[in-house]
Amino acid sequence: MATEIRVPTLGESVTEATIGKWFKKPGDAVKADEPLVELETDKVTVEVPAPTAGVLQEIIAKDGQTVTIGAVLGSIKEGAGGAASTGSAPKDKTVPAAAGRPDQKTETTKPVAAGPTPIQPRSGNEQRVATDNAQAPSVRRLGAESGVDPASVSGTGRDGRVTKGDMLAAIERGPSVANAPSQQMRAPSPADDASREERVKMTRLRQTIARRLKDAQNTAAMLTTFNDVDMSAVMKMRAEYKDAFEKKHGVKLGFMGFFVKACIQALKEVPAVNAEIDGTDLVYKNYYHIGVAVGTEKGLVVPVVRNADMMSIAEIEKTIADFGRRARDGQLSIGEMQGGTFTLSNGGIYGSLLSTPILNAPQSGILGMHRIEERPVAVKGQVVVKPMMYLALSYDHRIVDGREAVTCLVRIKEGLEDPARLVLDL
Amino acid sequence: MSYDLVVIGTGPAGYVCAIRGAQLGLKTAVIEKDKTFGGTCLNVGCIPSKALLHASHLFEEAAHDFAGMGIGVSKPKLDLKQMLSFKQEGVDGNVKGVDFLFKKNKIDTFKGTGKITGPDKIEVVTGNGKAEVVEAKNIVIATGSDVTRLKGIEIDEKRVVSSTGALTLDKVPGKLLVVGAGVIGLELGSVWRRLGAEVQVVEFLDRILPGMDGEIARQFQRILEKQGVSFKLGSKVTAVDTKGKTLKASVEPAAGGKAETLDADVVLVAIGRVPYTQGLGLKEAGVELDERGRVKIDDHFQTNVKGIFAIGDVVRGAMLAHKGEDEGIAVAELIAGKAGHVNYDAIPNVIYTYPEVASVGKTEEELKQAGVAYRAGKFPFTANGRAKVNKTTEGFVKILSDDKTDKVLGVHIIGPDAGTMITEATITMEFSGSAEDIARTCHPHPTLSEAVKEAALGVDKRAIHM
Ligand SMILES: Cc1cc2nc3c(=O)[nH]c(=O)nc-3n(C[C@H](O)[C@H](O)[C@H](O)COP(=O)(O)OP(=O)(O)OC[C@H]3O[C@@H](n4cnc5c(N)ncnc54)[C@H](O)[C@@H]3O)c2cc1C
Repeated sequence: MATEIRVPTLGESVTEATIGKWFKKPGDAVKADEPLVELETDKVTVEVPAPTAGVLQEIIAKDGQTVTIGAVLGSIKEGAGGAASTGSAPKDKTVPAAAGRPDQKTETTKPVAAGPTPIQPRSGNEQRVATDNAQAPSVRRLGAESGVDPASVSGTGRDGRVTKGDMLAAIERGPSVANAPSQQMRAPSPADDASREERVKMTRLRQTIARRLKDAQNTAAMLTTFNDVDMSAVMKMRAEYKDAFEKKHGVKLGFMGFFVKACIQALKEVPAVNAEIDGTDLVYKNYYHIGVAVGTEKGLVVPVVRNADMMSIAEIEKTIADFGRRARDGQLSIGEMQGGTFTLSNGGIYGSLLSTPILNAPQSGILGMHRIEERPVAVKGQVVVKPMMYLALSYDHRIVDGREAVTCLVRIKEGLEDPARLVLDL
Repeated sequence: MSYDLVVIGTGPAGYVCAIRGAQLGLKTAVIEKDKTFGGTCLNVGCIPSKALLHASHLFEEAAHDFAGMGIGVSKPKLDLKQMLSFKQEGVDGNVKGVDFLFKKNKIDTFKGTGKITGPDKIEVVTGNGKAEVVEAKNIVIATGSDVTRLKGIEIDEKRVVSSTGALTLDKVPGKLLVVGAGVIGLELGSVWRRLGAEVQVVEFLDRILPGMDGEIARQFQRILEKQGVSFKLGSKVTAVDTKGKTLKASVEPAAGGKAETLDADVVLVAIGRVPYTQGLGLKEAGVELDERGRVKIDDHFQTNVKGIFAIGDVVRGAMLAHKGEDEGIAVAELIAGKAGHVNYDAIPNVIYTYPEVASVGKTEEELKQAGVAYRAGKFPFTANGRAKVNKTTEGFVKILSDDKTDKVLGVHIIGPDAGTMITEATITMEFSGSAEDIARTCHPHPTLSEAVKEAALGVDKRAIHM
């Protein structure tokens, strides 16, 4: 019996993934639960384990190919002991179920049932095999003739396919505004330059980041308000309790715990910043799931500290440290990156003086943190040197008024300048 | 014990729904009042009528067309008894198939009339009067339809018959009067004409096949007339006198006027079908019907009572087996928490006469009425190589597409195998495809389906073989 290897469910809103890499070749013996293949999704990279022990019989979805949830990736020939079957040449009828060229139709060959056993209708599995999003012939022709890339046109046909009508409309609008600006066609470079260029395919994560950032900009009425904060109090507290804290909690006392706490206190006072728009409704979330942007090699990910309002600073620090470690190893689960209500982005660790962060849609607020630097400031007519940080709060003006945004940021500043307020809930 | 899903009625809507539910892991049972499963479609509808259409067509071909192809046979003799048992074997085979599928999918079956006694309870009364209560979290009503009767005309299923009786006449009537020029009347009229009856069709409207594309209907009428069927349009049958050896039907102009009498050996009443909800206890259960007696449902096939759904002929929409089947699948998926959906804009409709008539989507009349700008591409089978060599050149393909976007809006075919060929049009429409998409898709040569491609080219005025 052959067991199919399928794309597992990868969390809400994830419908497809790209094959990163197969760790095994057809014919290799595999143990149950041994990682077989790596999938890249919009959000994370996951490994698909072997559903059973046996011999990898065939690989249907090749490296780089896009697959949908539930699609068949390959199959494992069960039992008979890996050793026995490795001797005989593995029946490798690998099938280009969906080759890379989206503009070409590909054939999908059905695996031939071995022997006279009747073909069993698949039970329990409701998902289709990956589609290659082949374009309709009229769409391919219009694409070739007009230069409008069908991939840049949003489709109204079944499953979002581009129809001839969609193409005609896109051509009429003119190639300059052919929908998705993130997928603009690039004018060819002079030959001399072209030979020195390198083309690298965008990872799925990168593509998602690109799309989501642009979507946020296109949707929200985005505005940023600034302030600065005197970090003396937080730094003093940190210096004083650093060792005791680490000894007790097993994690370093950083800044993030303070910031998260200060933000939540401000959000409670200005709920619009912790709300989102749903059609013609405003949804006020009376919970505080704070996203913390973490840079990784492949791009930015934003794990979410859930119910951060109910956590101690130590718990928050621990959670964030754990996220950071696992983000770098690409081990965050999709669930851990969903459902945030507000986001913190710390450009300071890279040395940023000031920035205007882009909202993490559909959230309505994001706090930009920056580098702490000693600056001369005037206090009661005296110039003194203080560790200062600029703060930037980007917000969606559709739902947050200017006064609210400014108040929110001032509250954050006050909480950080006088942490006693955080303890006393002032 | 309580089931996740209980389906009342095992016609194509009901049995498909049950199988899909079982596939999705729902504990499923069906209730059927007839001796056999399969409903109208398998027992007295689609399946037996197609068996007779097939056999009678070959009978006619053997008599008229074989000689021209160099096949010498003596004049074929009709063995009606054998032809009817050929039909019955086909029915039995299909009905047993449903039996097998129920067993295979571990669907429990209850034989008896189902009556809904609560939102989650059904009482099943068997032939010997015993009652049993079945509990269900979800109930699907798939009780189908029944023959529409004509006021003042009693159907005895011997001389005055419905489609059911017309499938089992024990001798070929000398004269068959068909009341209603719809699909069923024309199919069964064709059967008995081929077997030797003189067939006359009386229709209330001034056209045949109401609802079908007008141009297609007109050509179809001419073809049927050439075959020997006569039509009396704009007329209504008001009474049938059964006293004498010959039936005497009174026929009046629809607009009013002088009545005349038509003689017939058999009168076939085929004026349509009505939803069947008798004995279901819908009133007591509080399930609402619409003004035409159909069970009222929302977009998710749910009646006004939560947990009670309805599909097939008993609800709005075309009374077609495949429409019911697709609804059966969709409602089972919805009950199982999935995304079931039926696209009512792309449901094909086929008449299995010779030649066949098939259509999907909008007719020219509908487009004109809706003020939609469209283009039409037409291609006759007289210009199709395969049709020419087979000498089956009657009919044509017509493709209607949006003037601006070229999206296929309707496809109408009259010709041999039209029912099989309509599927490519349906798929194109399901994917919002354009006429050009059909035109640019390679069609095998030599086949009749090349006419579909040529008609698609014709939308752009660039048919090759014309
Ligand atoms: C002569 C003829 C030819 C046809 N040809 C075609 C064709 O070629 N193509 C096509 O698509 N359609 C055709 N049809 C139409 C097709 O048969 C119907 O559309 C189809 O059968 C409807 O399916 P259904 O499941 O809704 O109902 P039905 O097939 O009518 O099934 C309903 C079932 O429910 C049972 N039932 C009713 N009430 C109860 C109750 N209270 N308890 C238990 N059981 C109950 C009935 O006994 C029946 O078995 C034809 C119809 C006729 C009459």
